[in-house]
Amino acid sequence: MAPVTKSVRTRASAKPTWETEMLRIAGLETFYGPSQALFGVDLDVAAGEMVALMGRNGMGKTTTIRSLFGLTPAARGTVEFESRDVRRLPAYRIARLGLGLVPEGRRCFPNLSVRENLQATARAGEWGLARVERLFPRLAERATQSARTLSGGEQQMLAIGRALMTNPRLLVLDEATEGLAPVIRKEIWVAIRTLKEQGQSTLIVDKTLSELLPVVDRCIILEKGLTAWRGLPSELDDTIRDRYLGV
Amino acid sequence: MPEPAMGALAGPVSLSSARPWLNRERLINGLLLMALFASPFIAQAVGETYYINLASRIAIVAMAAVGLNLAIGYGGMISFGHAAFFGLGGYVAGISAFHAFDMSLLLSWPITLGGSDFMPGIWLAAMVLCALLALVIGAISLRTSGVYFIMITLAFAQMLYYFAVSWPSYGGDDGLPIYLRNQFPGLNTNDPLTYFLICFVALGLSLALCARLMRSRFGAALTMARLNETRLATAGISPFPIRLVAFVLSAVITGVAGALFADLNGFVGPSMLSWHRSGEIMVIVILGGVGRLYGPVAGAILFVLMETLLGGVTEYWMLFLGLVLLGVVLFARGGLMGLLAGRARHE
Repeated sequence: MAPVTKSVRTRASAKPTWETEMLRIAGLETFYGPSQALFGVDLDVAAGEMVALMGRNGMGKTTTIRSLFGLTPAARGTVEFESRDVRRLPAYRIARLGLGLVPEGRRCFPNLSVRENLQATARAGEWGLARVERLFPRLAERATQSARTLSGGEQQMLAIGRALMTNPRLLVLDEATEGLAPVIRKEIWVAIRTLKEQGQSTLIVDKTLSELLPVVDRCIILEKGLTAWRGLPSELDDTIRDRYLGV
Repeated sequence: MPEPAMGALAGPVSLSSARPWLNRERLINGLLLMALFASPFIAQAVGETYYINLASRIAIVAMAAVGLNLAIGYGGMISFGHAAFFGLGGYVAGISAFHAFDMSLLLSWPITLGGSDFMPGIWLAAMVLCALLALVIGAISLRTSGVYFIMITLAFAQMLYYFAVSWPSYGGDDGLPIYLRNQFPGLNTNDPLTYFLICFVALGLSLALCARLMRSRFGAALTMARLNETRLATAGISPFPIRLVAFVLSAVITGVAGALFADLNGFVGPSMLSWHRSGEIMVIVILGGVGRLYGPVAGAILFVLMETLLGGVTEYWMLFLGLVLLGVVLFARGGLMGLLAGRARHE
């Protein structure tokens, strides 16, 4: 598997030292019942870095995220967050250590109002209601509406806002712009770029390469439950795109 | 801008000022409370004092159902064992009155404790004991969910039932009469109207507590735990302690209702602990509308009226109750409140 070693080596000089390393996943293997989904995922995110987790559908992106949060516990491998082994912790303990998840499919709580959605799971820190509402002014306008009445894009904003309100040191965005109208998509990318500028460490899964590649620091591509390639966005040439992403 | 977060008021709503917060549901809520409040006064005026006690009964079973609704409707915890708390509250009132009546000791070790007919003290004792019992039952049964949760809560309640049946000091199977109704300082609790007012205020307080709770962050988190506990967990909150606290509060409300019920009837027996009672409270919650603040009030009014009116005509009134329940479940999924007031704000 030549591409892996090669790109890791090119990245080696710029690679963060262990002090700034935030998330380290190595040799992650996960099963759904008897069927194996991950065969050895390697992934790392440094403080302040935005890393893209890429790959075609069914290659293990969401499973990797589920294993990271302890929702589908990993069978083998290492999951360390800020040098702490989190593999056997329950989901709420992992999240409390400083991981925030925006799950696939704009998951907010339809029965609660926008503000209740934001405040119910909030934890003290730099992110508060005012700052989230500055990032997504639409949420301020709709503060007292129930989340059910929001458009798909607004619900996605709410899901991101809800995760930010927990003041995560590492934010995980799973398909945050999928299936949204182009206008809303643009607004969310503006927000993601703002987060990047503010130094928010982020692991991001997305399929819109034209928006994704300019904003991320590094890319990690999964294929069939394995880390198949990693490198800089600039190194992601057409050959690699054809080979791993099918675009 | 309307402020829905300010929520329903516990008191009756004024009809004259059509302010934005007066929507159909609040109007129905106000009418229900006013109807319940007015009926004993009307009964007093026409000299039908029997109906005053009927209104007290409605207020009490409504309060028990308010407690269960907190667990089932808001917390998604289908407890089939709330009779345990209802009966425990009743036995606290009964045992306390029993010792106060014959001046004997309730406890001689480690402290000496006599009985008491002081109602606020009895309620406090009922609250504390129900909270402790719910803490134990909840800590064990909340590790399961679905059918297993239903069965475990039922099992705990049945344990208490058989314990009460086989404990001869307090009447065993025959139950325990309360010869003199417990006293509330400054009030004549033997007066049916005064006792109704005590029950009505207790119901109002429990409704206000639930409304306040569900508007708080805790309430939002409890709703989240019901809708999707994974999403709550990935935000760093464990659903277990939130559910446990809600379960304990639910038990406390039902327990105080049990103490009031025992004093109303002047009697407490194992039937207050039986699974029929758990089912009855659950039926009231479902009839009224699961997860609707005033659902238990609507359900209790319908239930007690059917029990009284149909029960006077035929011994098989439960058959008709069953048909009504079937109708509600099939055709009015939101219960009576859904029928009268439409879908809930957040549903």
